Amino acid sequence: MFDEKVLQNIKAGKEKWDQGPVAKTLAKNPEAKPNFTTISGAPVERLYTPLDVKGLDYDRDLSYPGQFPFTRGVQPTMYRGRYWTMRQYAGFGDAKGTNERYHYLLNQGQTGLSVAFQLPTQAGYDSDHPLSMGEVGKVGVAIDHIDDMRILFNRIPVDKVTTSMTINAAATVLLGMYLAIADEQGVTWDKVGGTVQNDVLKEIICRGQYIYPPKPTMRLTVDLIEFCQKHVPRWNTISISGYHIRESGSTAAQEMAFTIADGIAYTQACIERGMDVDSFAPRLSFFFNAFTNVLEEVAKFRAGRRYWAKVMRDRFKAKDPRSMMLRYHVQTGGVTLTAQQPLNNIVRVALQTYATALGGGQSLHTNSYDEALCLPTQQAVTVALRTQQIVAEESGATDTIDPLAGCYYVEDMTNKIEAEIDDYIKKIDAIGGGLNAIDQGYIQKEIQNSSYRFQKEIEGNERVYVGINKYTMEEPPPTGLLKVDMSVGEQKTLELKKFRAERDNAKWKAALDKLRQVSQTSENVMPSVIEAVKAKATVGEICDVWRAIYGEYRPKEFV
Amino acid sequence: MSQQPDSTPLLPPPARLAAIVGCERNEIIMEYDYATQILEGSPRAAARLISWLEDEDERAYEWMAKLYPHTGNAYIIGITGSPGAGKSTLTDKLARQIRKSGLKVGIIAVDPSSPFTGGALLGDRVRMSELSMDPDIYIRSMATRGFLGGMSKATGDVVRVLDALGKDVIIIETVGVGQDEVDIIGIADTTCLVLVPGLGDAIQSMKAGIMEIADVFVINKADKMGADQLCAEVCGRLDMDAHIKPSDWTPLVRSTVGVEDIGILELWEAIELHRKFLEDSGKFQEKRRQRTYQETLRMIHAELFKAVRDALQVNGRLDRAVEDILEGKRDPYSLMHKIVSEWLSIPQAQKEAS
Amino acid sequence: MAKKIKMIMAKPGLDGHDRGAKLLARIFAEAGMEVVYTGLRQTPEMIVAAAEQEDADVVGLSSLSGVHNYFFPRVADLLKQKGLKDVLLVGGGIIPTEDYDGLKKAGMSAIFGPGTPTTDIVSFIENNVRKR
Repeated sequence: MFDEKVLQNIKAGKEKWDQGPVAKTLAKNPEAKPNFTTISGAPVERLYTPLDVKGLDYDRDLSYPGQFPFTRGVQPTMYRGRYWTMRQYAGFGDAKGTNERYHYLLNQGQTGLSVAFQLPTQAGYDSDHPLSMGEVGKVGVAIDHIDDMRILFNRIPVDKVTTSMTINAAATVLLGMYLAIADEQGVTWDKVGGTVQNDVLKEIICRGQYIYPPKPTMRLTVDLIEFCQKHVPRWNTISISGYHIRESGSTAAQEMAFTIADGIAYTQACIERGMDVDSFAPRLSFFFNAFTNVLEEVAKFRAGRRYWAKVMRDRFKAKDPRSMMLRYHVQTGGVTLTAQQPLNNIVRVALQTYATALGGGQSLHTNSYDEALCLPTQQAVTVALRTQQIVAEESGATDTIDPLAGCYYVEDMTNKIEAEIDDYIKKIDAIGGGLNAIDQGYIQKEIQNSSYRFQKEIEGNERVYVGINKYTMEEPPPTGLLKVDMSVGEQKTLELKKFRAERDNAKWKAALDKLRQVSQTSENVMPSVIEAVKAKATVGEICDVWRAIYGEYRPKEFV
Repeated sequence: MSQQPDSTPLLPPPARLAAIVGCERNEIIMEYDYATQILEGSPRAAARLISWLEDEDERAYEWMAKLYPHTGNAYIIGITGSPGAGKSTLTDKLARQIRKSGLKVGIIAVDPSSPFTGGALLGDRVRMSELSMDPDIYIRSMATRGFLGGMSKATGDVVRVLDALGKDVIIIETVGVGQDEVDIIGIADTTCLVLVPGLGDAIQSMKAGIMEIADVFVINKADKMGADQLCAEVCGRLDMDAHIKPSDWTPLVRSTVGVEDIGILELWEAIELHRKFLEDSGKFQEKRRQRTYQETLRMIHAELFKAVRDALQVNGRLDRAVEDILEGKRDPYSLMHKIVSEWLSIPQAQKEAS
Repeated sequence: MAKKIKMIMAKPGLDGHDRGAKLLARIFAEAGMEVVYTGLRQTPEMIVAAAEQEDADVVGLSSLSGVHNYFFPRVADLLKQKGLKDVLLVGGGIIPTEDYDGLKKAGMSAIFGPGTPTTDIVSFIENNVRKR
């Protein structure tokens, strides 16, 4: 982008500056620390100049928004057309209470729903299973069967809002229920839009809500993708997630690299199923984290978009540009929140929101400042949503597309993160792909090492964490925290008993038998799942059918 | 003997024989009989005795002497192989399989200690956590504590404790360091060597001479690419060996997919076949004789070494001798002879005084 | 042979966020302890069975999903029932400070909230662990 003569001048000028003013100042006042690094541990130079990006080729590396390699964004007008979808993840207690919060959020200007399910639902257990004790309604809403789902979406037309569901190993079951609700509301499936997370690989890597061993669980994942490609065209069939990888301690580059590795594994699996890459790839979506180092996050998003585009074009020979677009949801970094001086978290979330906007995300959940203490209170949720609205409407970040392009530092970091992603993908390919790398614990170990390094930096005071290792203060214990009523578990147990007693047993049994039979063939399970939920089979009962056939996953690697 | 194993607090006995068993109000001093407790099946008494064995705590040995006549009944299986071969998962599944025949199972899972910090991360329970709910399964994780050979120094003793505790089959899962795992054959009746495709295991094992230790080969992750080839390589090698050096036992080769519970019954049947062979051929007794011989020698060696080392350390003689060697005043060979002959010639009473 | 502190590190319930538990396991091992990591989805019965078989000196529980008031007291009770009264029981995770007192009354020796320096946790254990 620069001609050789200009670069030589800059080089000479930089050397002069280094030896002159810089050396002089350093002699008098040394810098605060010998090395500067990003929160991911990547080295940061004193100054970036055109010399750092001299290899950059505008058309090849950046191009224009909505065009390959999509470095600058996936749409031609980005936020000038429409802001990102403001989508707050919510759910706790029973379906009725959660439905009320959804109505509240929609009234406050939220533009999409995001369902948090309780852990038993995510792990494929009913609320009255022994392993569910103590967990019912805790970190998400308790959904055991179609009646719960109907209450959850009461007065919410499923053709008017898009719904994102954080459900993975049991994704087929919950999508089945959602489509059954669409049927009840008289909405045809081609009008239903939303996302299921459906990313079972990262459950095995770091999030822990797995049920089945990798191979059969991948089969269910691909069944869902294949079914939606044919029958629910507006549905995002998977949300390949780096969010939890980052939460569990990875660096920014690792987050992107391992997520792309998972993406490659899913794409490969779908192709092996016999699907054409352009028939499903446009509906693959992603989910990332945003930490507080704004510039590093922006570089991560840009590098990821560019790399994924190349993967889809070159490795998988996609033709449709939509197959090459890294479209993603963002959630601000849960682990960056501190229990100490919790109001400080509002500032962290604001910076993370700003990073998301400058990085070109498609939808965003902002965490509430009290989430290191408890489930978010209504007040905290409102502030979190307002944070998005302030960044979107006041900060100016949305006025022009990819405003940090051309920033020497950000372009250099984008290149470096992309190189690191490429390095990881090559290593993972050498191990035999994402599934093998996870099986051998390679990815888990890399993340754990980063997590350990970060912890040591904090404890050694090499990295400042406000309120944790600097500017600490005595505080009175926080008050007014939200507590989930412990009685939800008991209510659900009673209610399930009634539900099971009242359903048509013959119909229920026939549906589960059908599901069992289909699951042992290579036929797509989704139609039988939908039949089973309509016949009032519960989440746990459906998941048990597969447990009996596929077995259960046990983690294998440790540190 | 009248105590209920589950209601008695297990406090550290201040002396060898007497333990204080504290009740909240009345403190009574009475003898806690570890041997009886263990023979009656108390996991807690076994657990504490094992800790003492690991610590080389003197308190352990008296109880071990009492337990010894009650040991020798359990069948001992060694599971060895390189890291990542899936040993823990196999151990988990094999234990479940063995439980189906009603036999009680003890599991000793060994992980390495850090040579730098002395600490250890013992992660094998992760894959076996459901087994811990079965009262007829006892799992103990152990760190190597600097001991080479893929096991901890106390492993042999711990086997005896679990044997006395009434376990019918004891599975030892070794560290998986690759090449110096051969110690397992000294303890196990049947040694299973786990190989997986893709790790270059077969070639490595052949080079390291580790192939010879296996009574049963397990080709794990048999659904992975290269498994058939690995199986062929192992069988080829075994055929060759059988021609060169005929033996009455040709190792069996079994394929498994541990995570999916495939081939585990066949593995157990192979182990039983080997057991039957040992028993029918009289090799079982021969093996036990050898083991007892080695163990006795090792125990004498350990105790003698400790006594000599302690004596040399107490009066600072060892330090002085090292200085002399470093300064070139004497050499370690003559020194060794001098010390040993001194030690052998002095009367017993004096040794204890030194 | 020096005695080692033996510790069980467990995650009760269905919560899958084990970053903190694994990180601490590593740090405790570095401090010279022998740490048995039990993995996810542990019931109180499994945790106490492990503590008994391993002759654990310390049991550490980690919870981030708000189930501490359900699980921690149950582990404490079971330890007592099994006669393992001298086992040091500690916990950590996302736990509101207002719950600390209740948990201590239920038998927890200490609760470590987010941001507690790991060195503090290590020294607490070293200073309070039983002798065996």
